[in-house]
Amino acid sequence: MAASSKGIDVAHIAALARLRLSPEAAAKLAGEMENIVGYVEMLSELDVSGIEPTAHAVPRSNVIRDDVPGTSFPHDAMLANAPATVDQELVKVPQVLAEEGMA
Amino acid sequence: MMDLKKLTMSGAAQLLAEKKISSAELCQAYLDRIAALEPKVSALLSLDAGSVMAQAKESDARRAAGKALGPFDGVPVTIKDNITVKGQPCTCASKILQGFVSPYDATVIAKLKAAGMVLMGRANMDEFAMGSSCENSAYQKTRNPWNTDCVPGGSSGGSAAAVSAGETVIALGSDTGGSIRQPASFCGIVGLKPTYGRVSRFGLVAFASSLDQIGPMSKDVMDSALMLDLIAGQDERDTTSLPAAIPEGGFAAALKDFQPSLKGMKIGLPKEYFEVEGVAPGVKKVTADAVETLKSLGAEFVDISLPHTKYSMACYYIIAPAEASANLARFDGIRYGYRSPNANDILSTYQDSRGEGFGPEVIRRIMLGTYVLSSGYYDAYYVRAQKVRTLIRKDFTDAFEKCDVIFTPVTPATAFKFGEKSDPMQMYLSDVFTTALNLAGNCGISIPAGLDPDTHMPSGIQLIAPSLAEDRLFRAARAFELTRPEKEIVSPL
Repeated sequence: MAASSKGIDVAHIAALARLRLSPEAAAKLAGEMENIVGYVEMLSELDVSGIEPTAHAVPRSNVIRDDVPGTSFPHDAMLANAPATVDQELVKVPQVLAEEGMA
Repeated sequence: MMDLKKLTMSGAAQLLAEKKISSAELCQAYLDRIAALEPKVSALLSLDAGSVMAQAKESDARRAAGKALGPFDGVPVTIKDNITVKGQPCTCASKILQGFVSPYDATVIAKLKAAGMVLMGRANMDEFAMGSSCENSAYQKTRNPWNTDCVPGGSSGGSAAAVSAGETVIALGSDTGGSIRQPASFCGIVGLKPTYGRVSRFGLVAFASSLDQIGPMSKDVMDSALMLDLIAGQDERDTTSLPAAIPEGGFAAALKDFQPSLKGMKIGLPKEYFEVEGVAPGVKKVTADAVETLKSLGAEFVDISLPHTKYSMACYYIIAPAEASANLARFDGIRYGYRSPNANDILSTYQDSRGEGFGPEVIRRIMLGTYVLSSGYYDAYYVRAQKVRTLIRKDFTDAFEKCDVIFTPVTPATAFKFGEKSDPMQMYLSDVFTTALNLAGNCGISIPAGLDPDTHMPSGIQLIAPSLAEDRLFRAARAFELTRPEKEIVSPL
């Protein structure tokens, strides 16, 4: 996949986002992303020196609830949506480490 | 015989209180209407009729025993498919959540259950609330009850269509950049985006966490206030929910025995919103007529400026995708949701599950968000957008020194036809009037104002108030609703 004319490396971004894209989808996205990024680049017209960034509309900090013991969600209810389990006890996942690394 | 299409929460509460109808009769009537209309409208992704009738019968038993949980015990409400209800599906109209069953109730759902309301069906939406037409649903096209060739808007289009078609009494939607107000306008109903933090987001599947809010989609302004009274409040499970009290007796109490007068209220007209190009003549006419109606109520109009309006869409389309790309990282094919059968190791589990599970618009936003957050671009795009967000917030703070509420159109045109906006950028720009207030955290309401004389489709007006000043929105919107020339704006279905 070639980088787009704006320099958007679609393959690199897809790898970062953990998305498998077909070559056709990647090519289409390159054009669409260029178009959208081209639009949002209007923000570079503005002088934002000295302006603090806003992360949340209503800034709040250190919101802590009372430390009261309670029951959490039941194990089996949380596992009910897992794509695969080991004996309804654990989430089953594909191999994570290569076998020689396990020694 | 009651008219299901026009029946409101307050109307249903009265019928139930006077024992003119039981909840079971009411819910059965709606189920019958849903069965008749859904082939045309397709507003709902799922509906468990057995559960609806069981809830209704429990409500009737409570009422018969004198133990009703309040005036709305037994009144049906429809829920957007991104808000969790324990034991019910929650797909967000995405293949990646096909078959998912929610293990817990969202806080808003717990509150509706505590009020005895009957949860009736899950409404279609754009996948993960990304879109303005419901065309991004992975499952079905919802049709606009006013003209089934047209979209209902989005992303809360299923909720809007269900209310407009009279398939339910009221619905909940969610709004990140207009997703309640735009479909409300397209379908001729009332849609409220509460102040950020007014309503708990616990159990709302996150799209852009600093922008998302749940809100009511209703047949009138009174119901909007009644529903906000039920769902508002701080929640220890949402650290961004605000410790703000609702007014004594609730927002709705102030609207009872209401004399429609807006004497003393200053309404700001932001010049930048009226300079936007491409606004349909019919929308301009409805908007101008609405100004006259509000003037006749005694409101004083003042010219204001929101100088950074031009930049709000660009700011939104950096911040919302950035937050979405982080939030949607949780869909990894491991603990829940779709896992690709083609995957054979951990990386391909992520890549294939996500690549196959997400639809094109969601992939577009994740890619865009990942790009603006990636090394080398973070400061140029994301941090700059956050700084522009500060400027947009300041625009509103300054404007509200000159006026109590701000008046704008909701959308540049009435509902468009399926496939009409196939270019993503063109679709994004249909939200030009609605996104700025999410960035600022203000509250806003869309109220039907009339029919566009050219398209014969409903057009709304938007009122915006400062953070936590929903009471001003309700007062102005209720006065307008009681005074507008077209008393009843009801879909033909």
